[in-house]
Amino acid sequence: MKNRPPAAIEQSIQRAPKRSTSSRATKNSTFHAICIATAAVSVAILIVLLASILIQGVPSLSLGLILNPPDDQASQAGIWPAMWGTIWVCGLCGLMTLPIGVATAILIEEFPPRTRIGQYFHGLIQLNISNLAGVPSIVYGILGLTAFVTMFGLFSDPKNPNASLEFGANTYYQFMSEGDRSIMIPVAGPDAPRPTLVDQMPAYDFEQNPIRINVIEPGDPYPDDESVLAYTIFSDSEGGPVPKTSWYYFRLPFGRGVLAGALTLMLVILPIVIISSQESLRSVPSSLRAGALGLGATPWQVIWHVTLPSAIPGIMTGSILSMSRAIGEAAPLLIISGVVFIRQAPSNLMDDFTVMPLQIFNWAGRPQEDFQDIAGAAIILLLIVLLSFNAVAVLIRQKLQKPLS
Amino acid sequence: MSSLVNQQIAVLDKSVQAVFTAPRRSLRGTRARELSIYLLLIACAAFSVFITVAILGVLLKETLTFFQSPDVSLGNFLGSTSWNPRLGGSRSFGIWALISGTTLITVIAMLIALPLGLITAVYLSEFAPRKVRAVLKPVLEILAGIPTVVYGFFALTTITPFLQWIDDGFNIYNAMAAGIAVGILCLPTVCSLSEDALRAVPGSLREAAYGLGGTRFDVAVKVVVPAALSGIISAFLLAAARAIGETMIVSLAAGSRARVTFDPRDDIQTMTGYMVQMATGDVSTFDLAYYSLYAVAFTLFLMTLSLTMVGNVVRKRFREKYE
Repeated sequence: MKNRPPAAIEQSIQRAPKRSTSSRATKNSTFHAICIATAAVSVAILIVLLASILIQGVPSLSLGLILNPPDDQASQAGIWPAMWGTIWVCGLCGLMTLPIGVATAILIEEFPPRTRIGQYFHGLIQLNISNLAGVPSIVYGILGLTAFVTMFGLFSDPKNPNASLEFGANTYYQFMSEGDRSIMIPVAGPDAPRPTLVDQMPAYDFEQNPIRINVIEPGDPYPDDESVLAYTIFSDSEGGPVPKTSWYYFRLPFGRGVLAGALTLMLVILPIVIISSQESLRSVPSSLRAGALGLGATPWQVIWHVTLPSAIPGIMTGSILSMSRAIGEAAPLLIISGVVFIRQAPSNLMDDFTVMPLQIFNWAGRPQEDFQDIAGAAIILLLIVLLSFNAVAVLIRQKLQKPLS
Repeated sequence: MSSLVNQQIAVLDKSVQAVFTAPRRSLRGTRARELSIYLLLIACAAFSVFITVAILGVLLKETLTFFQSPDVSLGNFLGSTSWNPRLGGSRSFGIWALISGTTLITVIAMLIALPLGLITAVYLSEFAPRKVRAVLKPVLEILAGIPTVVYGFFALTTITPFLQWIDDGFNIYNAMAAGIAVGILCLPTVCSLSEDALRAVPGSLREAAYGLGGTRFDVAVKVVVPAALSGIISAFLLAAARAIGETMIVSLAAGSRARVTFDPRDDIQTMTGYMVQMATGDVSTFDLAYYSLYAVAFTLFLMTLSLTMVGNVVRKRFREKYE
């Protein structure tokens, strides 16, 4: 006995217009081909991008590029000060951003609001962070320029726009010795009168090491000893006041210095750190928290001993990725520091600085071919740093992140 | 054996007794610590709100200073297409000259990033075998991690010569090269946000569509994409906001002539490009051109903020809920 459908159904199936499946199959395979082609385009873009930079930059890669300061000659120029600028600015930025960012994420994720006002506050912060993440970085640069560089003009004096509250700056009277060395005599301030030169007075060389000077009267003969001649000076020598800053030099407003740059960069990456920390805190299973709470732990003990240790790999991954964003960020720092020619690594928080992306921007914007070549070489160095950061982040994500539930 | 167990029970009993008879530890110190930590966390969280307030306050205050100048009028700012902030000659602050540059770059970038990003996302979530995914995801992550100044360099030294080889009409600085580079920059954003949206569509929808005899194309394009549409639109809006705010690429590759043009071969200036030009040039802090920086920044901030907010609202409010 065969199981046949009733005749009516069979008839209606036969009467139905025949739809070929082949056209749908063609559509499907065409779309699949388009998909593969499109996906290949993004791989091709990356290959072309990396290849063009390698072709342009590799011939100019040299040790001098890393160790030299920038120069008007492309062959002599290097990124030493820019590299130190990046280390100073991004290091400071990380030190300030990570605690604030993680703390904000903890508040949002681990302290659910209990009151109406608390709910309102939470909603406000959450909305605010997702909107802050979409603010263009150059707008943060403008904010940093106003809030940190000039500090809303609070400390400036219309008569003397460069005036500021300073701490740790010393003024020296600089003379040239007969052995062509600088002799620095400490004085009270930039308006102090020229000090009278005598033997045994406190004096320093240009690197601020104490020295003994030998003062001679006009017409006296030079000393025979070379080492004495190096710091021999006529008592009527001409000189001028120069400011010298120590490593703890601090001023208000911050001016176009390292600290202003780091604070501005903090504004840029803070939302990113918060969002990634929130995600990793959220992925900690709530059974762990419930277990700790059940053992009598206080909310902070739960966070410090249970939640944070489980979320640390995710937080670290997010932090490393946001630091690599900070290292590559140029626009806000361009507003803060401008395109400057700096030959020395920063030595205090208020020193002028440049960073690697800005140095690349400076070189890439020049019309000369050889500057574009060293820009390519500097990009290779920058990309090596960034790719190793990303690799570390991926490694942490894969090795340390164990499933917790 | 049993004596050992009894011994252990005795020890346990003693320690339990000790717990219950011990003087109760004061919780005052613990409570104070908990409260102070809580307050510290609130202070950190309030900092982010403070940043927003500071941005709004600074931009509003300095923009008002800008408009209080006798040389500037709101009508000129919003009605003119001539942007000439330099002293002397015909000084004019018509923001449309900069907005048109920004729009041109954004449109070119989106024409590149949207189709490429969306199709790649569909491929990644619906078609790609695991091995392809293992290659494609890192490629997109690397593209997302490359600094913008590198894309600017790429636009200037590779895309522009290529465009000039195709057509002689391309200026050395042109909107097309910058737009293409911004598009490449936005591609990973569009792709990963859209892919998240596509993956969030429950598998039961796909299974039902396959059960009805749909091909992969039918399932992906007629079922999954419409179900994830709110997430995809929000991805587009967020990527557009990113393109509008992009700075280093346009200041390297797009030129510095503010004017209204829709020819992608010309050099143009965007809002961000103007801000870089002002910030890196010698502008006195008290000059009108300096304050124009804030007016432009405020316009830029309003444009990106509204796009981001609409994007977030679309994602949250118009999400299709299936479970």
